[in-house]
Amino acid sequence: MTIEQAVALAPASRAIDLIGGDLTEKSLRLHLEGLPGVDAVGLEARAAGLGTRSIKTTSKAWALDTIIRLIDLTTLEGADTPGKVQSLVAKAMTPDPSDLTTPRVAAVCVYGDMVPYAVKALGPNSGVNVAAVATAFPSGRASLPVKLADTRDAVAAGADEIDMVIDRGAFLSGRYGMVFDQIVAVKEACRRDDGTYAHLKVILETGELNTYDNVRRASWLAILAGGDFIKTSTGKVAPAATLPVTLLMLQVVRDWHRLTGERIGVKPAGGIRSSKDAIKYLVTVAETVGEEWLDPRLFRFGASSLLNDVLLQRQKMTTGRYSGPDYVTID
Amino acid sequence: MTHLAIPKTYKLYIGGAFPRSESGRTYEVTTSKGAFIANAAKASRKDARDAVVAARAAFSGWSGTTGYNRGQVLYRIAELLEGRRAQFVDELRSTDGLTEAAATKQVDSAIDAWVWYAGWADKYLQVAGNGNPVSGPYFNISTPEPTGVVAVIAPATHGLLGLVSVIAPVILSGNTVVVVASESSPLSAISLSEVLATSDVPAGVVNVLTGSAAEIAPWLASHADVNALDLAGAEALEWVDLQIAAADTLKRVLPPESGLPALTVDRVTFFTETKTVWHTKALI
Repeated sequence: MTIEQAVALAPASRAIDLIGGDLTEKSLRLHLEGLPGVDAVGLEARAAGLGTRSIKTTSKAWALDTIIRLIDLTTLEGADTPGKVQSLVAKAMTPDPSDLTTPRVAAVCVYGDMVPYAVKALGPNSGVNVAAVATAFPSGRASLPVKLADTRDAVAAGADEIDMVIDRGAFLSGRYGMVFDQIVAVKEACRRDDGTYAHLKVILETGELNTYDNVRRASWLAILAGGDFIKTSTGKVAPAATLPVTLLMLQVVRDWHRLTGERIGVKPAGGIRSSKDAIKYLVTVAETVGEEWLDPRLFRFGASSLLNDVLLQRQKMTTGRYSGPDYVTID
Repeated sequence: MTHLAIPKTYKLYIGGAFPRSESGRTYEVTTSKGAFIANAAKASRKDARDAVVAARAAFSGWSGTTGYNRGQVLYRIAELLEGRRAQFVDELRSTDGLTEAAATKQVDSAIDAWVWYAGWADKYLQVAGNGNPVSGPYFNISTPEPTGVVAVIAPATHGLLGLVSVIAPVILSGNTVVVVASESSPLSAISLSEVLATSDVPAGVVNVLTGSAAEIAPWLASHADVNALDLAGAEALEWVDLQIAAADTLKRVLPPESGLPALTVDRVTFFTETKTVWHTKALI
C-alpha cells in the first residue's frame, strides 16, 4: 500500500520531514524496523531503580497535588449513565469536599456518547477538559468510516481530547502503513469547524504488543502520524500500564524532542491504583524527560481509583491520622 | 552429637501472610529471667495501617457468613489449639516463667474459653436481638450487627488466655480484628497466628502485630477506618489520650481492665451495632 500524499495531510508532515517525500509502506517499515532494539533487562532495571526513591513530607505533599492535577478521571463501563458521568464530573471539580484547597483533575474521560452530559455538567471555564474514547474503543475492530464517524461525533459534542486506539491486528501483522493512515485520518477527524484540532491521544495497548521493540515502534509510528499524546493502554487488557513500558515511551518522547524540538505527551493508563505507584511515575518522568513534562499538557494518568487513594494520603498528611474509604466517594 | 538450637525470628501476621515489619525492625524476646528466646518483628505505624486495610478487606466476607458457620470455624480453631498444647505450654513456661502445671492449666482454660465463645456465635443474636412491642400493624425488630474493624490492645499478662479472652468475643459476631500483642511475651500471639493461618478463618479476619503498643496504639486509635477500640491491655499506656483520639471518629472504646478480661457475652455485644427494622404486618 502506498501512502498517498493526498491522504497525508498536515498531521503527517512530521513523517514526511523525517523520512522524505516518498513516504511509502516500505520506507515506513524500513524506518521503524531500523530503530535500535530495546535492552529489556536494562530497561526493567532502570525502571525498578527509579521506583525506589523515597518521597516524603513536603515533596510528598507536592507530588500528591501534582498527581491530582495530572489525572484523567475515567469511567469507561458499559453500565455508564448520564447520572454517573455527572457524579464523576462533580468529583473532578471538587475531589475532596472536606478540603477545598485540593486541585481539580486534568480531565474526565468518558465514552463518546457521554460527552454531551460531561460538557453540560462541567459548564464553562471549569478548567477540566472532556476526553472521549473513540474509534471503536477498546478493541478498535471497526471499519475506518465507523471510527471516523465515532471521532467526529465526539468532537462535535464538545470533546477537548480524543483517545483513539490503534489497530493492533494490523500493527502486529506488519501493516504499519495502514495504522499510520488511520491515525492520520482520525487526526483529521479531530478538526473542529474553526480549524482547531481536538487533542489526539493514541492508545498503543502495550499489553497486546508483546515486546518492548514493538512498543518503541508503535510509539514512534504514533508520533510520526501526528499524535499529540501516546497512551499505554485502554485499561481493558492486562497487563495495562507498567513502569518499564512508560519509561520506554518517555524515552521515545525525549528522543523526538531532541530531534525536532516538539513536545509529545505520555499517558499511562490502567492499573495505577496507589499513590505510591503514581509517585514512581512522577520520578520516572522527571528523570527521563524533565520536570517540564509534569504538566497536564504533557503527562496524564488514566485512572479511576487512583484519585481516592491520593485523597486518603492527602487527608493523612493534613490531619496527621490515617483516613479510610468511608471518607471518600464510592466510584 | 548435640542438636544445634535454631532460635526463631518471628514475623507479623497481616492479611493471612507473615510479613516482616515494613520498618525492618526486630526486638529480642527474653525469658522472665532475661535469657534470649527469639527475635520478634517490631511493627511500625505502616504495619498497623496495612493490617487495618487487610482487616477491612476481610470484613464483608466474614460478617456475611452465618453465625452457625462462624461458630464451626471458631470451634475448629479450638481443635487445632488442642493439637498444639505442648507448644503453648512450653512458650508460657519460658516467657512468663510459669510452672508446667500452671501453664497447662492456663492453656486448658484458653481452649475452654475459645469453645465457650464459639458456642455464642449463633446464639448471641437471640440474646441481644429483640422483637419490640409497638402499637400498630408492624413488626419492629432489633438485631445486633458487627461494627467493623476492631483494634485490640492485648493484655500484657495471662499469655494465651488473655489473648483468647479479647480476640474470640470480637470476631465471633463477624468483626475483623487488629491485635497488638503483649510486648514482653508475644509468643502465644505469634503461635496463635500460626494456628489461624492453617485454620478455616479467612485471611485478614485476625491480624497480629508485635512490638511496642505505646508506639502503635495511637495510630490505631486515631485511624478513621477503625470502628472500635478494645484497650484491655492498655492500662500502662496513656490510655486517656487514646480515648480522646478515638472520640474524633466516634469509635466504641472499651477501657483497660486490670487482670484477666472476664468471659462474658457483654464483650460480644459491645462490638456490635443495633439495627432496627420496621415492617408492615398486613395490609387491611
